[in-house]
Amino acid sequence: MTTTPQIAVTNAGDDVSRTTLLSIRNVAKRFGRNLVLRDISLEVKEGEFLTILGESGSGKTTLLRIIAGFETASAGEVWMGDARLDRQPPYRRRVNTVFQSYALFPHLTVEQNVAYGLRVAKRPEAEIAARVSEALKKVKMSAHAKSKPSKISGGQQQRIALARALVNRPQLLLLDEPLSALDANLRRQMQVELKSLQREVGISFIFVTHDQEEAMVMSDRIALLRSGELEQVATPREIYGHPATAYVAQFIGHTNLLKGEVRAGVVRCGPLMWTAALPDGAALFSLRPENIRLASEKTTAPDTVRVRGKVRQQAFHGATELIRVECGDGLVMVVRTPGSGGALDEVELEFSPADAVLVRESPERI
Amino acid sequence: MELLVSETRFDSGSRWLLLHAVAVFVFLYLPIAVLILYSFNGEGVGGFPPHHLTLDWYRTLFADGPIWDSVLNSLQVALAAMVIALTFGVPAALALERAQFPGKALFRRLVLLPLILPGIITGLSLLMLFNVMGTKLSLMTIILGHGTALISVATTEVFAGLQKLDRAQEEASLDLGANYWQTFWRITVPNLKLPIIGAALLIFTLSMDEIAVSFFLIGRDNTLPLEIWGRLRRGITPEINAVSTIIFIFSLVAIVFWYRLRMRGEAGADVAAEIVQAVEGDAT
Amino acid sequence: MFSRAYKAAVTLPPLLWVTVFLLMPYLLMFCYSFWSVSASQAIVHSWNLDNYRQLLRVNIYWQTLLRSMWIAARVTTFSLLLGYPLAYFLSFYAGKKKDLLYQLVIIPLWVSYLVRAYAWKTILGSDGVLNTLLQYMHLTKHPLEFLLYSPFAVVLTLTHIYTPFAFLPIYAALEHIPRNLVEASHDLGATPGQTFWRVIFPLSIPGVVAGATFAFVLSLGDFLAPLLLGGPSGIMISNIVVSLFGAAYNWPLGAAISFCMLLLVVSLLVFSERLEKKWSFS
Repeated sequence: MTTTPQIAVTNAGDDVSRTTLLSIRNVAKRFGRNLVLRDISLEVKEGEFLTILGESGSGKTTLLRIIAGFETASAGEVWMGDARLDRQPPYRRRVNTVFQSYALFPHLTVEQNVAYGLRVAKRPEAEIAARVSEALKKVKMSAHAKSKPSKISGGQQQRIALARALVNRPQLLLLDEPLSALDANLRRQMQVELKSLQREVGISFIFVTHDQEEAMVMSDRIALLRSGELEQVATPREIYGHPATAYVAQFIGHTNLLKGEVRAGVVRCGPLMWTAALPDGAALFSLRPENIRLASEKTTAPDTVRVRGKVRQQAFHGATELIRVECGDGLVMVVRTPGSGGALDEVELEFSPADAVLVRESPERI
Repeated sequence: MELLVSETRFDSGSRWLLLHAVAVFVFLYLPIAVLILYSFNGEGVGGFPPHHLTLDWYRTLFADGPIWDSVLNSLQVALAAMVIALTFGVPAALALERAQFPGKALFRRLVLLPLILPGIITGLSLLMLFNVMGTKLSLMTIILGHGTALISVATTEVFAGLQKLDRAQEEASLDLGANYWQTFWRITVPNLKLPIIGAALLIFTLSMDEIAVSFFLIGRDNTLPLEIWGRLRRGITPEINAVSTIIFIFSLVAIVFWYRLRMRGEAGADVAAEIVQAVEGDAT
Repeated sequence: MFSRAYKAAVTLPPLLWVTVFLLMPYLLMFCYSFWSVSASQAIVHSWNLDNYRQLLRVNIYWQTLLRSMWIAARVTTFSLLLGYPLAYFLSFYAGKKKDLLYQLVIIPLWVSYLVRAYAWKTILGSDGVLNTLLQYMHLTKHPLEFLLYSPFAVVLTLTHIYTPFAFLPIYAALEHIPRNLVEASHDLGATPGQTFWRVIFPLSIPGVVAGATFAFVLSLGDFLAPLLLGGPSGIMISNIVVSLFGAAYNWPLGAAISFCMLLLVVSLLVFSERLEKKWSFS
C-alpha cells in the first residue's frame, strides 16, 4: 500500500509561504480490536480552511476528537507550532470546537454560553462583556443575548456555537459537521457565511463533513479520508481534476473508470485506444462525463479518441443532461452534455486522451 | 373515573380492568383514609361509625414533648444522611458510568444492594461493625446506617440522569477551557439538577420513615418512627393517627413540589405550558 | 475524555466508603456466624459450623424460614395480581389521566410504612373499624377474630405495602412496548386477547420478574408487620433473628441466619437478573 503523506506535503495549499500551524504525525487510533485511524500525517497552515472529507465510519470525527483532546491517539503525535499538543488536556489547548449538535449549555443564556470560556479563564467582567457583545455582533445574534438556547432556531444555535468558540480567540477552530442539521437552503447560505467569517478572523479551520459539494465550495484544501487512511490531500481543483485514486475520483463528482491495458505506449480499453507514455501493464483511468462530447462532423481534432455506441438512458438535469452509452465490449460511458435536444439512439463520442487521468486502484480495506 | 370512561373506548375487557383498578385504588387508600378520619374521632381508634369529631388528638400531640424531640432527631438524621448519600452517591454514579477499574461489578452490586436487601440485614451487619469497632450507638450510628443504605438511591437516580446527559456538553466545557472541577460544577451538576434534587427528596423521605435499619442502631435518642413504634407496642394511641396525618400532608407537599419542579425542567421554564399542564393534570 | 485523576477522584471515595460500611459489615456477619457465645455471654472467637448445624437440626428455624417464604410467595402473588392489571390498565387504557393515576399509585409509598401497617391494625382489630362496621350492619354478632394477629393480617398488610413495588417495574416495562407492535398485531388479525397474550405479556415479563423479586425479597425479610399484626402464628424468620440479637442474646446464631438470608436474597437477585435478560429483546 502506498503511503500518502508525501502528497500532503507536495500539494500543500495554494500559498506555500504560510507557516505550518498544526502537524499531525503518524497518528493511529484503535478502539479495542478495531483500527479506526492508521498512520495519518497531515499539516494545517496558518489561516487555512482545511476540510476532512469522508464517509461515515471513515474516522474523520475521531481524528477531530484527537486534535480537540477528547480521544487519545494510540500512536503518533500532534504538534501545534513547536509544542506537543496531544499531551495536554482539552482545556489547555488553544483549540475550540463547534460541535455537531452544537452542545450549547441548556441552562445558560446565549450570552452566558458565549461568555463561558472567558469566565472559566477568569477574565475581568468588563472585558468579558465587551468581547461577548462583539462576538454576538459578528454572528448577528445580539438581539437574542438573553434567550435560552432552546428558544432559538437551529441556524441561530449554530451561530451561537460559532461565537462561543471564536470569542476565545483560538489558534485553530474545529467544526464537526456543523451544517448537517440545517435544511438545504440555510445550509448553502451558512457555507458562504462561514467561509467569509473564516477569511475575516484569519483563524485556521478544520472542517469535518461527509458532503463533497460542501467541501469543494468552502475549502482551501481537502483531506479525503477512507477507512482510516488519507486517500488524497489537495486543493478542490487539484482533487477534482487529478484524483489520485479510483476512490477519490468516484467520491468527488461523477466519473467513468476505464480499466485499460498498456502495451508499447498504446492504451487499449475495450473499443477505445490512445497513446500514452506509460509503462506496460494494467492501468486505470478516470474520465469525467463532462470531458466527453457527442462527436460532430466539424470537430476533427487530430488527438481525439472516438467511439460509437447505443444510448441506453438519458437523464435530464436542467442545464445538462446525463447520457449512458453502451460502447460494446462491456464498456458503458456516462456523458454529460449541455442538452441533447431530444431522444437519441446511436451516437459517436469523443474525448481528449489528456482528460483520461491515470489513477491508482483503491483496494478494499477492512 | 367518570372522565376516564368518556375519554376512552371501552370494550368489556377494559371495563373489568377499570373495575379492578378502582378496587386496587380503594385497597391502597383505605388505610390512609381510615388514618386521617380517625385522627379526628373523639372515641379514639376503632369503632364504626366515627363519633364526635374533635381536634383533641392534635392538641395532645402538640403538647407531647418526646414526639417532637424524636421529630427533631429524625430531621437531623435525614439531613445528615442526605449529605452522606449524595457526597458518595453522585461520585459513585460518575465512577460507574465513566471509569473502568478492577472489582467494578462487585462495587456496583454492593452499592445497589441495600436498595433491595431487607433492612434487617443491613442494620444487623452495621451493628456488628460498630460493636467490633467499639462505637457507641447513637444518632450518629443511625446517620451512618441511613447514609450508607441510601447511597444506592442517589447513585441510581444520578446514573439514570448521566445516561441521558449529552456527553458533548462536558466536552464543550473542557474545549472552552474549563478544567474537570469547573466542568463538574458548571455543567455536570446543573444538568443533573433534577435527578439530584429528586434523589435528595427521596433520601430525605426514606430516612424520615426508615425503621428496619434504625431498629438495630438506635442509641438513647429515638427517631420518629422508633418513637411511634415504641408507643404502638404499648397499645393503640390515637395521637399516632394525628402525627401520621401530619406526616402524610408533608409528604404530599414534597411530592407536589417535586413534580412541579420536574414539569418546569421538562417544559423548559415555559410557565404557560406548565399552568396548562397543571390544570389538565398531565403531571409528567 | 476523562483523565486518570478524574476517574480516581470519583471512584476512590465511594469505593472506600462502601468497603468500610457495606463490604466489611457483610464479611463480619459471615465471621460472626462461625463464632459462639460462652456461658458468661461473651463472644467466643472459635471457628466452627455449630450455628449452621443448629439451623438444620432445630425444627423451628427452618420451619419458620419455610413459613416466611410461603408468606412472601403469597404476598408476591397477590401483589402481581393487583399490580399487573392496574399497570396494564394505566398504560393502555387510561389515556390522558395516565400520569395522574400513576402518581396516585406512588403516593402511598411516601406514607410511612409503620403508619400504614398500624392503620391496618386499627381496621382489622376485634373492636377495629371492620369488625364494628360488620356488627353495625348486623352481618356478624361477634367480632371476627381471625382478622388480626394471624398470617392473614401479615399477608394483607405486606400486599398493601408491596403492591406499588410490584406495579412500578411492570408499568415501566409496559410503557416501553412500542404501540405500533399492538397495531401490527391487530393488523395481522389478532384479537385484543390474543394480542395481549402473544405480544404484550411476553414483552412485559422482565417487569414482572423485577416486580416479583422486589415483593418477595422485601416481604421475606420483614419483621415489623409480623410483630405488629402477626401474633404467634404469624412469626417470620426475621423475628427470630431479632430475638437472637435481643433477649435471646445469641449473635452468632443470628448472624448465621442473617447470612443465609443474605445468600438467599443475592441468589434470587442473580436468578431474576438472568430471567430478565432472557426475556428482554432490545
